[in-house]
Amino acid sequence: MQLSTRHLLGIKELSAKDISTILSTATQFKEVLQRPIKKVPSLRDVTIINLFFENSTRTRISFELAEKRLSADVLNFTASASSVSKGETLLDTVNNILSMKVDMVVMRHSASGAPHFLSQHIPAAIVNAGDGINEHPTQALLDAFSINEKTGKLKGTKVAIIGDIMHSRVALSNIYLLKKVGAEVVVCGPPTLIPKYIGNALNVEVSYNLRETLEWCDVANVLRIQLERQNQVLFSSLREYSLAYGINRQLLDDLKKEIIIMHPGPINRGVELDSDVADSKQSIILQQVENGVAVRMAVLYLLSGRNPARE
Amino acid sequence: MKAILNKQQLEITIKRLAHQILENHISLEDTVIIGIQPRGIYLSDQIVSEIKKELHLKKIKYGKLDITFYRDDIRKQLHVANQTDILFSIEGKKVVLIDDVLYTGRTIRAALDALMDFGRPEKVELCVLIDRRFSRQLPIQPDYTGKAIDSIVSQKVKVNWTKSEVVLY
Repeated sequence: MQLSTRHLLGIKELSAKDISTILSTATQFKEVLQRPIKKVPSLRDVTIINLFFENSTRTRISFELAEKRLSADVLNFTASASSVSKGETLLDTVNNILSMKVDMVVMRHSASGAPHFLSQHIPAAIVNAGDGINEHPTQALLDAFSINEKTGKLKGTKVAIIGDIMHSRVALSNIYLLKKVGAEVVVCGPPTLIPKYIGNALNVEVSYNLRETLEWCDVANVLRIQLERQNQVLFSSLREYSLAYGINRQLLDDLKKEIIIMHPGPINRGVELDSDVADSKQSIILQQVENGVAVRMAVLYLLSGRNPARE
Repeated sequence: MKAILNKQQLEITIKRLAHQILENHISLEDTVIIGIQPRGIYLSDQIVSEIKKELHLKKIKYGKLDITFYRDDIRKQLHVANQTDILFSIEGKKVVLIDDVLYTGRTIRAALDALMDFGRPEKVELCVLIDRRFSRQLPIQPDYTGKAIDSIVSQKVKVNWTKSEVVLY
């Protein structure tokens, strides 16, 4: 009942069986979170550090809560308030922390591949909490958990991923995961925000037409426009982006069916999603956040079992 | 392989356990039944249906408890977690825990810890189909026993619910 991997670096490295093990374990943790005492003693003997080299609200709080609900000892690290600003290297920083007997590392970094690099040099188990424009595996897992919870299945479910595909680690992790569990995937957005060869490389359909995509899908996962990662002009203005690719009430009301709206947050209200759509009952954005804690508990629990630092 | 209980004996034993529980919890008003996942559920389902039949009740407070996250051997081996399903408060209630085989007592220790996260019961009792006495590693004893057997560590006890028999091998 263990995962095939020692770290959670990305969905790419997981098998379909790993994914189903994580999701079914998360279901049980979700029940734990409904109890009067929302806590289990499973990770009492584990110390976890949250290494965040990049800003985060949801992911960071969600991981910290998941760790505490599992009774782990938790340390928090923010790059801006650390010796990183004095020029210490990533490996030195982590090795210094590990020498204080830390068992697991949850890491977010702006450089793609940073956790993969670390995994080759340190004995602790690593959970990727987002690396550059590569992957954000726990987000994809909680998205899949939320879709499954809402529709009852993943296989054959039609999922549209809409928006800034190019700069989104959420998009890449979601595509890997959805393809592994047999869902159908369309990526939709302006041509400048969709990598040219993504269709063939990842075996997904590409659409530049928002209305057609919404007509087709059961679930629309809407991504944030990541202005902080764009170093060139990829569309003329946010207002124009919103006119072509923003989802509003009118657009949804014109569809023949009621689709599910998801967003990994933070939302740019009025850009990719209008407020009345984000807050409607079609939207499961807050359920995604709620499920995030249970999914992260499952990941930490399943990885804690195999810990070479303790063997 | 040695048969401990055959089909007929198993049926009679389960009826007796149900009646013994009723003897001590005559109205069931403040009593809840909780089966331990996964294998205790086969037994608890049957005891609950006997109790309902006896009292002509449609519903009694019956829950299922999974103890995976409370095990003391997590670092040795991870087990598949099953559904916990307790949709009522156990605060101040009398709880009857049900499992199929009582062996080292470690499962029941974990179950007691798990149970306390749902509230503070007035009393907890333990009902098991097979008690492998003299094999305990913790000071835990059953209140209701289907059959007590003497076995050594290398032996295994298997309750086969599809064939309705209990064997020692």
